[in-house]
Amino acid sequence: MGRYVIRRLLQMIPVFFGATLLIFLMVNVMGDPIAGLCGDRACDPATAAQLRKEFGLDKPVWQQYLTYMGNVFTGDFGTAFNGQPVTELMASAFPVTIRLTIVAILFEIVIGISLGVLTGLKRGRPVDTGVLLLTLVVLSIPTFVTGLLVQLLLGVKWGWINPAVSPEAPFDELIVPGLVLASVSLAYVTRLTRTSIAENKRADYVRTAVAKGLPRRRVIGRHLLRNSLIPVVTFIGADIGALMGGAIVTERIFNIHGVGYQLYQGIVRQNTQTVVGFVTILVLIFLLANLLVDLLYAVLDPRIRYA
Amino acid sequence: MRGATHAKWAALATAVALAATACGGGDDSGGGGGADGIVSSSWGDPQNPLEPANTNEVQGGKVLSMIFRGLKQYDPKTGEAKDMLAEKIETTDSTNFTITVKDGWTFSNGEKVTAQSFVDAWNYGANLKNNQKNAFFFGQIEGYDQVHPEKGEPTAETLSGLKVTSPQTFTVKLTQKFSTWPDTLGYAAFAPLPQSFFDDHAGWLAKPVGNGPYTIDSYAKGSQMELKRWDDYPGDDKAKNGGITLKVYTDNNTAYTDLIAGNLDLVDDVPAAQLKNVSADLGDRYINTPAGIIQTLSFPFYDPAWNKPGQEKLRQGLSMAIDREQITETIFQKTRTPAVDWTSPVLGEEGGYKDVCGDFCKYDAAQAKKLVAEGGGIPGGTMKISYNADTGSHKEWVDAVCNSINRALGNNTACVGNPIGTFADYRNQVTTQKMTGPFRAGWQMDYPLIQNFLQPLYYTNASSNDGKYSSEQFDKLVDQANAETDISKAVGIFQQAEEVLRDDMGAIPLWYQNGSAGYSTRVGNVALNPFSVPVYDAITVN
Repeated sequence: MGRYVIRRLLQMIPVFFGATLLIFLMVNVMGDPIAGLCGDRACDPATAAQLRKEFGLDKPVWQQYLTYMGNVFTGDFGTAFNGQPVTELMASAFPVTIRLTIVAILFEIVIGISLGVLTGLKRGRPVDTGVLLLTLVVLSIPTFVTGLLVQLLLGVKWGWINPAVSPEAPFDELIVPGLVLASVSLAYVTRLTRTSIAENKRADYVRTAVAKGLPRRRVIGRHLLRNSLIPVVTFIGADIGALMGGAIVTERIFNIHGVGYQLYQGIVRQNTQTVVGFVTILVLIFLLANLLVDLLYAVLDPRIRYA
Repeated sequence: MRGATHAKWAALATAVALAATACGGGDDSGGGGGADGIVSSSWGDPQNPLEPANTNEVQGGKVLSMIFRGLKQYDPKTGEAKDMLAEKIETTDSTNFTITVKDGWTFSNGEKVTAQSFVDAWNYGANLKNNQKNAFFFGQIEGYDQVHPEKGEPTAETLSGLKVTSPQTFTVKLTQKFSTWPDTLGYAAFAPLPQSFFDDHAGWLAKPVGNGPYTIDSYAKGSQMELKRWDDYPGDDKAKNGGITLKVYTDNNTAYTDLIAGNLDLVDDVPAAQLKNVSADLGDRYINTPAGIIQTLSFPFYDPAWNKPGQEKLRQGLSMAIDREQITETIFQKTRTPAVDWTSPVLGEEGGYKDVCGDFCKYDAAQAKKLVAEGGGIPGGTMKISYNADTGSHKEWVDAVCNSINRALGNNTACVGNPIGTFADYRNQVTTQKMTGPFRAGWQMDYPLIQNFLQPLYYTNASSNDGKYSSEQFDKLVDQANAETDISKAVGIFQQAEEVLRDDMGAIPLWYQNGSAGYSTRVGNVALNPFSVPVYDAITVN
């Protein structure tokens, strides 16, 4: 197990470099960021050259990348165009998005798995058909429509929530945005769990457990669910990264100053330092989440062993 | 038992979430009412550090308008430049100016505002080493090319044209005659700076200190700025409210929703998507007034295909093929006014606003078709109008303009839109002369002078002449107008220059942009100034 973890951690290194290099190149082919910095009026050439020098944009891309990576390892992620260090932006954005992601994941786990177990056990019954239809509806509506609709109804028409989240973004204000963010994944989790449960329900070990006379709760919780959760855990694990990076839409709608918002700003302003910095961290989170998922397999199913 | 531990973990996580929920505080906007009431207003994250000579966009400009007062101040209604900190500005030759700064003004940290405060600030703004994006505003002052050379390192630290002659007076020497130069001094880049700016630059940026009616109470970058009324403010435009809280919104749609829900007092940018509902939502609490912003279509004069003799007829024909009335009504819900010249209505007739364009700006399909044909037709048969697709909802109107042109010319392929992904990329292509057809251009005035609408945009090699339009006659008239000491005569000569521009159709004027704002029932006396920035100090809280 230890060797396996080390091997996985080592494998992360090339992935990390590859991903950051790709992002770096992608942002760079978009052209000269200084051009957008002065608005509809061109910067005077001398100032533009000076700014380019300050941000290191006058050097070839490979050199920029090397300098950048060198700095990253000393914890220096560069400076955004508004003069703020990127690490400062991260310190304000990541806690907010992590809170939002926690809310979303909790919704996925609690509601998604419960509904999945319920429908899996009662396959073909009205409750199954009902939930199935519901997930279909959720899956077919884009997040921004759900978000705007929820904001309009709960925020403006009924006044249950504030339409905009305050800068501190405490947990209670993130419940509704979190639900919106989780909605699509939640539907997937429900369906995945349902299928998996329905499949395993007829497995030999479940039959044995029932035949042994174990109480129903224990059969479902310990035997059926534990084996059925493997695909679900894979999905949720991969979803952590996706939720953090993909929160752009939700964060924009609900005025959440998180990672999605900073990334959006960075892209619109073509701020290489911000975009690459945030994506670097997201890549790391994604890789770690995947590692965690793989390790969880062994916990869930002793048959899966790592040499 | 592993199963049990799992359940415990889930329970624990839920409990933590619930606990966090319980202690998350709700936020109520605004303190009390009356003269000490706080106004909450929407804001966008400023793009640049907040320094007077480094702020070139409206979000940072809002803050500067609250915490700074310069030598001149533009009247919020008429746009006229009135003396603020200037006791008097004297000149005999429109080149050498003697400026006397009023006594009795201080910065909010107690430091006195002297002639030196201005000279230091301007020297800082002009110096290439400080990367100030508005440095070229000091370009007319003698010695600028030493502190801000086009290439290489600066050879001087200070502008040789600036001299402090006594604690409250200084002299300015320009490189050429510029009679209306004093009227430019209301622009934020010319604001004075306290010594603390130079002593502790990082500290000042974290919490800027100025000499305006407000002081910054707290500034959380990227999310919120709280400004409080400065009670010892010596000017006569004291704030009529207790303070302004600027809240950064990720999207102006959300700000609008927050206004409707009663959590915000003022939105100074009503999103295009909401214009249809705004009257029903806000009634007379919706403001839609002209601002000093004009939108035009520029041409790539650097492209030989677009710079042939006789092509002015083509450009004039294209101008006549655009149905401005219809587009401003259906697409912009009357938040734009069809253009009749290259300036803006905020200048007023005295300032030079006049129907110069005439028939060339009126829709006439038959005439348009004729002129385009006489002008040699559209180069290559199809022209692409370039715009940035990320912000500003330009796609809708560009498509409408193209439809209008295609309809007038009876040719469905005459014009198509050419979206470019980001603003930065768009500006990059514009400034490196990569355009192969007309492209959108927007101009927001720096100060309400006809000069500001013409010289930076159409003078040969001027700073914002992106299409590289060049006309000897136009340049000559602008020089002549700048040298004219009689202001009304100068305006007349600028209008002659504008006629040259019309005959060449150096750029097609499309429409003037209005400022739009909406406010809650909690506040009153809300108005936008000619720069479409709310007049914050005049807002009252009920």
